[in-house]
Amino acid sequence: MSGGTALTAARAVLGRDLLRAWRRRGEIVQPLVFFTITVYLFPLAIGPAHDTLRVLLPSIVWVAVLLSMTLTLPDVFAADHADGSLDHLALSPHPLALLVLMKAGAHWLTGAAPLLVLGGLLCAVFGLETYTLRALLLGLLLGSPVLSLIGTLASALTVGLRGGTLLLALLTLPMYIPVLIFGTSAARNAALGIPVQAEMYLLAGLSVLALTLTPWATAAALRARLG
Amino acid sequence: MFERFHKFASPPHFHAFARMLSPWLFGVSALLFAAGLFGGLVYAPADYQQGESFRIIYIHVPSAWLSMFVYMVMASAGAVGLIWKVKMGDIVARACAPLGASFTFLALATGSLWGKPMWGTWWVWDARLTSELILLFLYLGYMALQSAIEDRRAAARAGAVLAIVGVVNIPIIHYSVEWWSTLHQGATITKLDRPSMDISMLIPLLGMTLAFKTLFAAVLLVRTRCEILEFEQHTNWVRELATGPEVR
Repeated sequence: MSGGTALTAARAVLGRDLLRAWRRRGEIVQPLVFFTITVYLFPLAIGPAHDTLRVLLPSIVWVAVLLSMTLTLPDVFAADHADGSLDHLALSPHPLALLVLMKAGAHWLTGAAPLLVLGGLLCAVFGLETYTLRALLLGLLLGSPVLSLIGTLASALTVGLRGGTLLLALLTLPMYIPVLIFGTSAARNAALGIPVQAEMYLLAGLSVLALTLTPWATAAALRARLG
Repeated sequence: MFERFHKFASPPHFHAFARMLSPWLFGVSALLFAAGLFGGLVYAPADYQQGESFRIIYIHVPSAWLSMFVYMVMASAGAVGLIWKVKMGDIVARACAPLGASFTFLALATGSLWGKPMWGTWWVWDARLTSELILLFLYLGYMALQSAIEDRRAAARAGAVLAIVGVVNIPIIHYSVEWWSTLHQGATITKLDRPSMDISMLIPLLGMTLAFKTLFAAVLLVRTRCEILEFEQHTNWVRELATGPEVR
């Protein structure tokens, strides 16, 4: 294999994951359906009082996003582990941290971005005010990279384990709490007409922190798991 | 110096060392518990506001402190095992987790018992309670990961990565939850300021804290010995320990 730079390798990893996701489009739709069902379960459980629902809606969307993203996490490394290409990634001369960053990016593009669009649509259907909707979507946009990055780390830790999905949820959900807190707090404040810059900066800060630190931890986790 | 460290970090030596030390630690811990409990339950005066029920502090606060301390021990031991490939680091980290989870649970349970008469409810969505609960989930996740991976070396390395990530995450979780809501009283004992607690109540508390710490150390050594034996079950020295010296 002729070398190539780290950047071409990164682009290849990202392109390969996106292409694979595109060829199995049905699997991208499943989490979206799950997300929609989860969001629609809450009105059924709470009752059709419109005002209560509108207050709770951003929080419901956030929790549904967290759960839906957890469901897609095992796929980040599972297929590559099954066909052995994960070992090749680990053996490649390029920095593994960069390559796993691309895997996380692919997960965000295929697992999180569609959720944001759908979440925004659902909220608009339920009649959320524009300002709150914008705060919710911006919060999701800034916060969801953290979810993908931490999720990729947990996915690397549990790669190839039986019962991995449940274990993944157990590992990731506690770590998702800061993002959930700042994201829902932004939407709540926006509903009251309070500025939400503070939450947005905090979410962006968390994203940058996760972007800088988790790839190294994910690479270490992969090496630990592959032995 | 380095050679001595290596000798100390080899499982057979650590096993012998732990066997020698742990009875002493249990003894010291028992004495401290006797003194601390006497001081806390008999000697210390009743609180002017909370009456006798404040005395649960002598269990609650030491276990809450330990719940965080044990996590640091676990993560540090895991890091030693991961970075320098010291087997004892892996073993100690693994032995720490259930202890840390127990102390965390104890802190939550006693806090809940204390909250009922004081706040009028078993549970409030307060920052410290919530982050303590999340800490319990982190311990449980660590233990679940450890038990899911069959190969012990691989389990130790994966666990170490998780524990180190947890160390970065715990302050973030703590402050985010603090921002989210707080009802719990502020810190009573800090280094920079005079403690806002009477000395007759403080001394038993410090005694109980030391008692908990030594108990943790003693139990940790016992658990570590068990883990060493399981880790090394196929080696000659463990076989000799179990059956007596082999006759050749």
